[in-house]
Amino acid sequence: MTSIKVNGVVRDLKDVPEDTPLLWALRDELGLTGTKYGCGVNECGACTVHIDGDAVQSCQTTVSEVGDSEVTTIEGLSEDGSHPVQQAWKELGVAQCGYCQVGQMMMAAALLKNNHHPTDEDIEGEMWNICRCGTYPRIRAAVKSAAQKMGQQEAAQ
Amino acid sequence: MSTSKTNVNDASPMQHSLQQAQRQLNDYAAAVMQSGPGRQANAALAVSQSPATTSRRTFLAASAAAGSFVLVMNSQNGDAAQVQDSSVATENSFNPDLFVSIAPDGTVSILTHRSEMGTGIRTTLPRIVADELEANWDDVNVVQAIGDKRLGDQNTDGSNSIRFFFDRMRVAGATTRTMLQQAAAKKWGVAVDQCIAKENHIIDQKSGKKIGYGELVEIAKTLPIPKADSLKFKPKSQWQYIGKDAPIIDQDAILTGKAIYGIDARMPNQLYAVVARPPVVGGVVKSVDDKDALSTPGVEQVLQIPAFKGAPLFQPLGGVAVLAKSTWAAIAGRDSLDIEWDLGENADYDTDAFAKTLAEAAHQPGKVMRKAGDAPALIEKAAADTNNRVLHADYRSPHLSHAPMEPPCAVADVRTENGQIVHCLIDTATQNPQAVQQAVSAALSIPPQEVIVNVTLLGSAFGRKSKPDYCVEAALLSLQAQRPVHVTFTREDDLQSDYFHTISHLHLQAAVDENGAPEALLARAAYPTIGSTFVAGADQPQAWEMEMGLTDIPYDIPNLQIEGCNAKSHTRIGWLRSVAHIQQNFALGSFIDELAHHAGIDPYEYLLTTLGADRQIDMKAAGLGNRGASHDNYPYDIGRLKNVVQRAADLSDWKRAGELPKGRGMGIACCRSFLGYTGHVVEVEVSREGKLTIHQVWVSLDAGLIVNPDRVKAQIEGATVMATTQARYGKISFKKGRSVESNFDSYRMVTMSDCPREIIADVVESDEAPAGVGETPVPSYAPALCNAIFAATGHRVRDLPLSEFDLSWS
Repeated sequence: MTSIKVNGVVRDLKDVPEDTPLLWALRDELGLTGTKYGCGVNECGACTVHIDGDAVQSCQTTVSEVGDSEVTTIEGLSEDGSHPVQQAWKELGVAQCGYCQVGQMMMAAALLKNNHHPTDEDIEGEMWNICRCGTYPRIRAAVKSAAQKMGQQEAAQ
Repeated sequence: MSTSKTNVNDASPMQHSLQQAQRQLNDYAAAVMQSGPGRQANAALAVSQSPATTSRRTFLAASAAAGSFVLVMNSQNGDAAQVQDSSVATENSFNPDLFVSIAPDGTVSILTHRSEMGTGIRTTLPRIVADELEANWDDVNVVQAIGDKRLGDQNTDGSNSIRFFFDRMRVAGATTRTMLQQAAAKKWGVAVDQCIAKENHIIDQKSGKKIGYGELVEIAKTLPIPKADSLKFKPKSQWQYIGKDAPIIDQDAILTGKAIYGIDARMPNQLYAVVARPPVVGGVVKSVDDKDALSTPGVEQVLQIPAFKGAPLFQPLGGVAVLAKSTWAAIAGRDSLDIEWDLGENADYDTDAFAKTLAEAAHQPGKVMRKAGDAPALIEKAAADTNNRVLHADYRSPHLSHAPMEPPCAVADVRTENGQIVHCLIDTATQNPQAVQQAVSAALSIPPQEVIVNVTLLGSAFGRKSKPDYCVEAALLSLQAQRPVHVTFTREDDLQSDYFHTISHLHLQAAVDENGAPEALLARAAYPTIGSTFVAGADQPQAWEMEMGLTDIPYDIPNLQIEGCNAKSHTRIGWLRSVAHIQQNFALGSFIDELAHHAGIDPYEYLLTTLGADRQIDMKAAGLGNRGASHDNYPYDIGRLKNVVQRAADLSDWKRAGELPKGRGMGIACCRSFLGYTGHVVEVEVSREGKLTIHQVWVSLDAGLIVNPDRVKAQIEGATVMATTQARYGKISFKKGRSVESNFDSYRMVTMSDCPREIIADVVESDEAPAGVGETPVPSYAPALCNAIFAATGHRVRDLPLSEFDLSWS
């Protein structure tokens, strides 16, 4: 493994051992610190990124497993914070400390890509990320708001 | 809090030990011993000022910290110059105050000196300055302060930020605005009174002339700084930011992944380190084989950190550090270390066994911490009565870990020349940069002011990040490695090497009259004290710990006896959001509900009746600390407590409570904590199989004057969710001296699916002095939840967490 494609750009990883989790390669090698460490064992969701559009926990995926797939991190979710999920998070003042919110938004964006009308059960089922600040009520509302925005965008197209 | 005649806590042996350990104890630790974290650290810092660094500013900050709601004296009375060494100063800027500067181009910079860990304080405090200054908030340049004693207390815990600094921020804003008004008057040759400030401009009301703040900088710099008692503050009716919702200034950075936390801080040429710490507190390295670790790809060095001596304080636990090119390489290298430990005297710590020790302690007479009338005699007399007039109950709470979403992290750069340290730079997620300075200076033997601490955002903290052991580790490693070193705790490290919330046993007894009203209460609390972290061997709950929900009992019970019982500590004990309130309000808030059911009276009615008449409890007269605040500014007002109970009950439509079917129940509890008042009502559903669903929570909070209502609501929501995690799942157990729970798979957190479905937060509008917010809405939740579970099922939960309790019913 000498490189991976992140946010549309091929990035060199030639000095990185192949069993390095994508999380640490992104953060310590590529300087993409938006993706966060929370547990390292697939329990908190803070490190969630998209691989070929699906939500994946980057602490559980080695750089060699990424292969030719496309990795999207928060830095690539939108250029300017304009993704409907980011906008909904902003409007509802979801973030307290903000640390887990990147993973929350990456999870929500993947959920909403395939489901523009999530029920409470859908949201609870997919959004298992941990937030120690306890922003869950606002996250739930923000996911619904983002779904509406995406629905409107789709209708407008 | 100073020890008064009526304070029965024995302080003298503690003071003696403190003196003996003087070289190691920092001022902050001393303040913690006397009065708890985040309470009088400011006073300690003021006392510790060396003459060379003491400024009159210290007085200002200390006055504000003392809880004065009267606008304090400006420290710069008569100074005919601006503040030259303000850290917000830029070239040619006007710097009338340490917290404010205005550049010739009109840019308003405001220093923010408290740590941002999710409360919004980095936004909220500067908005108070901007309001008084008539500065356009959207254009304000907010600058995060380094650790700097001159700014006053920077220890962002104890729910103190607004209480300590509301007045100080107004002084900073009003001083600057006044001088700009004076500068304009001088420039135009008109009376100051006709020069009003509005939106970064001064306007001459008579002529309509208008001039920007930047254009007044040169004149303003020549003016004397006005006395604080001459300042005119904006009336409340003209506030434009105070009391209005504002999004946090870091929101866009957070939502785009650009925000920098301690784990993201980088210094050129840094190495990444993880540390193998002793699995038992007090353990030391006997031998280490680092051959395999050193051959791990990416690993550069393996270094030892010495074990602490004496009380733990903020010293590293010691151990073996692996320094590498990436965090992952360091983790992999650490996995390859072969370390033999001498585990020391805590190697047998077992919380199952210790729970029995605590139970025994709580069933023996302890040290009397509060006494009124003769509760033991009344209870004994009532026990002889055949009418079932005495109730006993025992409540147990386990150790908890802070588990901030971002674990402790710091990067340090210690530079030496000819064997002398020339500087120590630290970038870290800390709640208390001055404690970092003190702890690191002690470890490196350099003056605190030579430790430069940059404060990043904190990925939550809850009290963990006011203990800077991890910063000392980074500094010691950097000194050895001769390059910057970034220490990261893994989650396993975090849960193994925390300053844990204590484990407790409370034994309560009450005698009730023929109507079921309490005549006498005896409460005994046994738990390892936070004091043991600062003085080795401390084995008695401190007065300030007991004042968190126990000795400061709000109920109108004529005969009281409250005792603290002996308990040794076998790990590092720390303060976690709402501290001793966690166990003490759980016990007392549940026991009142037990008394209500015993009396056959609706719990809400019983609660109001037992709170008694609207009145003020004089904490000082009762020998209690009131968190260092004066009775005049922060009376213990039972009327306000009853008000939040009533508001929460009204919002919940409490009258439904008695009519709910089995399996559904409502519970209520209240608390005064951190000088604020909270009432909680919780509605639950418990299936026959014992599955718990928390449908709705109604919370009413009275924290006096509110600066940023939306962030206060967010704190109420967050406190309720955090308290849900603790009540449902929170438990750290120890076996063979080690914490058993190692990650979120075993130390479980609520997520969206098992947290309350809906939280209705009600904030009381008030002009009373600003009180605590961050911790205030935690304590009353757990008892309200357990009272709801009792109403639903008949199960009285006296042992937390709920996950270990079979809630099924038939």
